[in-house]
Amino acid sequence: MQGSTTEFKRQAEAALHDATLQRAMAKAKGGFVDKRRLAVARLPEFAQIRAEAKAIKEHTLAHLDYYLEQFERKVLESGGRVHWARTADEACAAVLAIIGAASKQVLKGKSMVSEEIGLNAAMERAGHTVVETDLGEYIIQLAHEPPSHIIAPAVHKTRDQITDLFQAEHEKYGLTERVTETEDIVNEARQVLRTKFLSADVGITGANFLIAETGSTVIVTNEGNGDLTQILPRTHIVTASIEKVIPSLDDMTVLLRLLARSATGQEMSSYNTLSTGPRRADDLDGPEEFHVVIVDNGRSDMLGNEFHDMLRCIRCGACLNHCPVYGAIGGHAYGWVYPGPMGSVLTPLMIGLENARDLPNACTLNGRCGEVCPMSIPLPDMLRTLRFKEHERKLSKARARGALKAWGLLARRPRLYQVVTALMTAVLGSIGGRAGRFRSLPLASGWTQARDLPAPQGATFQRMWRRRR
Amino acid sequence: MSAARDEIFTRIRRSLRRDAPLAAPPAHRSQAPESNVRPRLEKDPLECFIDKVHAAAGTVDRISAISDVVQATSDYLHRHGLEPRLVVASHPLISELAWPAEWKIHAGPARGEDHIGVGAAFAGVAETGTLVMLSGADNPTTLNFLPDDHIVVVSALQIVAHLEDAWRLMRDSVTAMPRTVNLITGPSRTADVEQTIQLGAHGPRRLHVIVIED
Ligand code: SF4
Repeated sequence: MQGSTTEFKRQAEAALHDATLQRAMAKAKGGFVDKRRLAVARLPEFAQIRAEAKAIKEHTLAHLDYYLEQFERKVLESGGRVHWARTADEACAAVLAIIGAASKQVLKGKSMVSEEIGLNAAMERAGHTVVETDLGEYIIQLAHEPPSHIIAPAVHKTRDQITDLFQAEHEKYGLTERVTETEDIVNEARQVLRTKFLSADVGITGANFLIAETGSTVIVTNEGNGDLTQILPRTHIVTASIEKVIPSLDDMTVLLRLLARSATGQEMSSYNTLSTGPRRADDLDGPEEFHVVIVDNGRSDMLGNEFHDMLRCIRCGACLNHCPVYGAIGGHAYGWVYPGPMGSVLTPLMIGLENARDLPNACTLNGRCGEVCPMSIPLPDMLRTLRFKEHERKLSKARARGALKAWGLLARRPRLYQVVTALMTAVLGSIGGRAGRFRSLPLASGWTQARDLPAPQGATFQRMWRRRR
Repeated sequence: MSAARDEIFTRIRRSLRRDAPLAAPPAHRSQAPESNVRPRLEKDPLECFIDKVHAAAGTVDRISAISDVVQATSDYLHRHGLEPRLVVASHPLISELAWPAEWKIHAGPARGEDHIGVGAAFAGVAETGTLVMLSGADNPTTLNFLPDDHIVVVSALQIVAHLEDAWRLMRDSVTAMPRTVNLITGPSRTADVEQTIQLGAHGPRRLHVIVIED
């Protein structure tokens, strides 16, 4: 049910009329926002740490080649292997080559980059069985849907829907009872996935950070699924993108202080796990093979250009949680892996502005995303830049460009501007007349469909200003 | 190495307007980790640690001698009505304990049927109530995740104020990075069903910390 980035408007409208989705989104709304606000309020040093975090990422990005090479060297020293992939296809091919030809049981921990490269589909095509182990990811895998949120992939699902899904899908394990309470739902998933954990051949996780100092990959989770995914199977594969690298453990510590607070309002997620190489000679458990697949997929071009700041993103999800548009329509309407404000910036950069031209416009420029972003990413500015590029490349609607051009002509001629606006104010004021508002207007149906346009009352601002003086 | 690798590094350097690798490590604040801004603790580290473990839905026992671990564990089993069948790490801190003869004890790694795991933490972090667990022959990682009940013993001497302090301890006392470092804060949880927190998603349902103050 992956939507399409070119069908944003239709999908958004459908989402607004989807009563079940609206129920699910209403439940989520507020929770994330309140928890984050309280967590930030409890940390007086938040602003300082935020500045520190930005400096760490900027330093790393400015020397990205150096830290990636250091990371690679450390992974090799600890007995692991590093694979480089320019594109999504290369990344999938690298993972498939590691897994090998025989069909395998593959477990996955949550990884957004694996969604970005379409890894599950590639593995299934190659004949492997893939099981998502994060509860939210597991739910949407059963539903054959993509994630709708970068940290809460099943946020669009109601408990009733999950109950139905589990009943239909778990019957084959002899679990026929209908589970309706959250506790029972979680327990049933635990029971089903436990057997998968104990029998899998390969475990794939993402990485929140790659640490150059030690060659460690780091995951941040609450469930512990990412840990079982990597310590039980024989092979652990990590998929990560190039901008995840940071210099040191101390740098990670700074970023961790922001990540959980911004994401879920926790001070620390339950499990932060550093994985370095395969199991050691005297270890009693852990994977025998450790591979890191490092994906570029367009990021090296963002480095140093007007979207450079986006590479600081730590995928906390705060910008989604604070976005009124995301809150109203959910993640699927955006049509690709990354939704909300960060997605509206990333998607056009990754799949082409011409394929995602509605996304930068799905924004009210209210600025909340930029305010809450722990990495101080100027999301609204970047969305504006994308709109500007659309205009330049004539990807916006001809009518909109025409209107802007006309307005531009007018705005550069103050006399004319005054005359025309005074005239329009008078005309609209007199037509709007008694009602004081318009229910419909030619050329402005997009506005009047959902709300009335107030009719001007009295003179233009400029005239009133002059009179006051 | 691979063509992909070469091209990625070429592109990165082109974007950074540099055509050769850097000869020396770039100067960075992380060479002075003490420069990190550290959240101020409200109390002394041990008290703070205990508060934070509770805040993360864990429980804590304070005992005064290592030998009391057995009694504390026994009390814990009692409170939760659990059978005395344990998988115990062979970590020096707890390997010499005299467990009651009738208890069923085996050494790690944990197996699917193990319900209670007893391990030892390398350090405890006061700032967040986090346990730092290092993998190794005497502390298998499966023990931290497979059992329903995870009991962790930590010496009060190993409670540090901030995570940076734990890294410093680690750099000083551990020669090589272990395969797995787990930073554990409370038991496993999920909020994936309607954003309602439910403990015991895939990992331990309960986390119990035993602090030895001697
Ligand atoms: S853009 Fe900022 S707020 Fe949004 S996910 Fe990335 S780091 Fe978080």
